[in-house]
Amino acid sequence: MLKTRIIPVLLFKRYGLVKGISFDSWRRVGTSLPAVKVYCEREVDELVFLDIAATPEGRTVDVEEVDHLADECFMPLTVGGGIRRPEDVRAILRAGAEKVSINTGALENPGLIDEVSRRYGRQCIVISIDVKRHDDGRYEVFSHCGTQPTGRCPEEWAREAAERGGGEILLTSIDRDGTMEGYDIALTRRVSDVVDIPVIAAGGAGSSEHICQVLTEGGANAAAAASIFHFTQQTPREAKQFLASRGIHVRL
Amino acid sequence: MILIVDHGLCNVDSVARAIEECGGSPLISEDPAECARAERIILPGVGSFHEASGILHEKGWVSAIRREVLEYGIPLLGICLGMQLLASTGTEGGDAPGLDLIPGSVVRLEPPDKTVRIPHVGWNEVHQNQSSPLFADIPDKKDFYFTHSYHLVPTREEHVLATTPYCGSFVSIVGSGKVFGTQFHPEKSLGGGLRMLKNFLAVC
Repeated sequence: MLKTRIIPVLLFKRYGLVKGISFDSWRRVGTSLPAVKVYCEREVDELVFLDIAATPEGRTVDVEEVDHLADECFMPLTVGGGIRRPEDVRAILRAGAEKVSINTGALENPGLIDEVSRRYGRQCIVISIDVKRHDDGRYEVFSHCGTQPTGRCPEEWAREAAERGGGEILLTSIDRDGTMEGYDIALTRRVSDVVDIPVIAAGGAGSSEHICQVLTEGGANAAAAASIFHFTQQTPREAKQFLASRGIHVRL
Repeated sequence: MILIVDHGLCNVDSVARAIEECGGSPLISEDPAECARAERIILPGVGSFHEASGILHEKGWVSAIRREVLEYGIPLLGICLGMQLLASTGTEGGDAPGLDLIPGSVVRLEPPDKTVRIPHVGWNEVHQNQSSPLFADIPDKKDFYFTHSYHLVPTREEHVLATTPYCGSFVSIVGSGKVFGTQFHPEKSLGGGLRMLKNFLAVC
């Protein structure tokens, strides 16, 4: 049986790890390498490492940093930040990540997904989609670390990205991000219903119950979370024990 | 020296690090001539079969690896796409020839219904079908990390060392003599994966 994954997310910004609220008010939460080592010791399912300053600063995630982290990481690692060219993907895979997360680069040039998928296989491309909910209930995809509206609807973009060769979708609710008030279940359901690739829900986890909800009601195939693991005593393992008690298959 | 084949489409560094962690001395190389010095060869891979097959044939890896394995009995481990490349043919990105060390073909996973998602990504059980030196100190049905859309269908049952339940069931480890292939990533499967790599390093 394929196990449902719980994925801690590490956000990197200029020399350190940060966590914000709704993609703003960033707080320093530590340095990358010790965090990766701890998660490796705790045998988490997978890690996502995103350099959130890369796109706004017009550069690509620091490959040397990735190389150092991957050296300590005998578990799955997805890396993202400013990826715009197939060469960026090659460098990151070589450094020891086996998946890349592409966001703004794919929105600006959707053909990048086709190109990377053809060369490296679809299993290595995670399409990261950041979404804001407007007051009228309409959802819109935002690029550039949540700062620029794209006019795209999340379901449409998710479907297109999957058709072009995306392997997974990392779907983040900007509104819920860092609030620990629960995932946006409706948004997750909308997207998971229209694609046949795995959907990883992100943004809003504050309890194991929230994680359970997004997997069952939201139809997500995996749950990513940051604040809950950075700012509370809860661990990925405890979350998985809770999920197991609810009949969800996890790796313990 | 443990030679890690670098065909430009893979996570070579993480495989090399894992081999170091297991006490081996890895060498990442783009030069098939290094095969002659290798005590063991690892063919890693993420990427598409067609692309990788083209590069392996063009650069002379296919004949070099086949010679070491078939004439000198050098142990070989294919990982993920590297396992698939052991087959006779692949279909991803158009039909292409593999190393033809494990007779069989590589085809796409076929989901029985829409709830079963492709790629198959995450931790899943490896059911041991027969005894193998790779399984020393590894319990049956241990979870390993997978990420793939295609799988190898060996022609001969005796090459099936393990299977994994997804889309029905698919072959997750193949073996023939000292040639092995794992569809999952041992280098990314924490303790169990490192144990399996150690077992491969001990194959004699």
